[in-house]
Amino acid sequence: MNNIEQKLLEKIADLHKIPSGAFNLRKNGQAAVRNTTKDIDIRPKKNKSGIDIFVKPNVKNKSVHIPVIITVGGLSDLVYNDFYIGHDADVLIIAGCGIHNNTCKTSMHNGIHTFHIGANAKVKYIEKHVGEGSGSGGKILNPVTKIFMKENSFMEMETLQLEGVTSTIRRTNAKLYDNATLHIQENILTTDEQTAKTQFKVELLGKDSRVEVVSHSVAKDSSYQEFKSDLIGKNQCFGHVECDGIILNKARIVSTPMIDAIDSNASLIHEAAIGKIAGDELIKLMTLGLSQEEAEDMIIQGFLLG
Amino acid sequence: MLEIKNLSYNIVESDKENNILKNINTYFEDGKIYVITGPNGSGKSTLSKIIMGILQPTEGQVFFNGQDITTMSINERAKLGISYAFQQPVTFKGLKVRELLDVASGKKNTVDKLCDYLSMVGLCAKEYINRPLDDKLSGGELKRIELAMVLARNSKLNIFDEPEAGIDLWSFEQLTKIFTSLKNSCNIIVSHQKKILEIADVIILLRDGQIEKIGSLNEISPLLNSRTCHKLQGEKDE
Repeated sequence: MNNIEQKLLEKIADLHKIPSGAFNLRKNGQAAVRNTTKDIDIRPKKNKSGIDIFVKPNVKNKSVHIPVIITVGGLSDLVYNDFYIGHDADVLIIAGCGIHNNTCKTSMHNGIHTFHIGANAKVKYIEKHVGEGSGSGGKILNPVTKIFMKENSFMEMETLQLEGVTSTIRRTNAKLYDNATLHIQENILTTDEQTAKTQFKVELLGKDSRVEVVSHSVAKDSSYQEFKSDLIGKNQCFGHVECDGIILNKARIVSTPMIDAIDSNASLIHEAAIGKIAGDELIKLMTLGLSQEEAEDMIIQGFLLG
Repeated sequence: MLEIKNLSYNIVESDKENNILKNINTYFEDGKIYVITGPNGSGKSTLSKIIMGILQPTEGQVFFNGQDITTMSINERAKLGISYAFQQPVTFKGLKVRELLDVASGKKNTVDKLCDYLSMVGLCAKEYINRPLDDKLSGGELKRIELAMVLARNSKLNIFDEPEAGIDLWSFEQLTKIFTSLKNSCNIIVSHQKKILEIADVIILLRDGQIEKIGSLNEISPLLNSRTCHKLQGEKDE
């Protein structure tokens, strides 16, 4: 692996070397390195690009890394990754995609991830997206995440996209059955002319199913972000959506939260707040000796990474 | 240390000029505790904000150690050694207590050092340093952490805007101990509270945007108890 690839890997998966556990690295549209373990099997799909990841029932405290890196221009990559998490398993899954594009041709990665989470299983899923490189070619990432959660399962999904991604459309659809719980934390920063659109659709089908969606977005310069969420309560359930946005310069954020309580015992809440950095936060940090620019940076860092 | 000359602050509301502060002249010396008191709306907090640079005066000048700081920004004043504790502590989404104490002190602190700052305000560091400074903390906790940030700065001039407001009963004795321990600095406290006035070396009584009197508690007390002035908090009804 060369220096650029290694740095991308560090940024998207905090990896300094190939890990010893289950691992699948996809590089420039091809499978590059793969490790399987006795608990976690990774098999290539036969009829299309992508992999199936099988986590055996009752496997505890194991991790799977499936990073994707693109270091060429003009590549359009479409991949299907399906996760089958056995009942009572407890795993950490680290995905993420980094595009380093020094060319004038656009590179794009469309990752379709489907999670089948067994009863009582627990999953933490982390996905980081990064775009970089000096070329004028776009760095486009369009992830789709489909989640099916069986009884008493739990999933925590953290997505982070910092500067550099030219445009993204992120779609997440989930169906939750009895007593399943899903927490989603999405943090996005856009700059320049970048656009980021996210759409969540969560169907709370089971009794006492719960979902929490928290989106923190910062839009700088002339960038544009859209946040759409659709919570549908079809049983006794609880759902909460929170969209907080900070806008700077000429940026724009549009938030459209929709909640639909089909069952009379559904309890659904949405909150949305978009605005500049609060003046009193800047003043407070300036009384501690920071310049206005340093104070803005610190507030944004805390908001996105805190 | 700090000198205020011919300072006025006016605002225009509904086409009508409102004189919040009128021709204030006073000075503050090293090693002393000054309490600015007066009825609500007398201009106490406005004066403290002008000293920190949060508000700009309409007229007049502010000198700090002989240097005219009237047009200086907030952070330039902070770097000169002026600190400010807000009446309503500011909260942040995502910034942790430890990060803010590091910024306040200008260095990355060890857990032991953070513990020193927080224990001065009666908090246990381990429970707080990694917590976000957000509205999940109680008003009393936020107020104490606000004080800890000022203490971490070790400044030449500390301004406390109503430090007792919202503080719990941890509380007054510890709060006054903190102020009396800051002997190497000049401390300006905006307060209505009798126990805070009792530790003042000098009390500045403001009324209707003007200095009515500067003096000791004995000298100021008759004016405080008169019908025309405010009633102190913590004072028993006669």
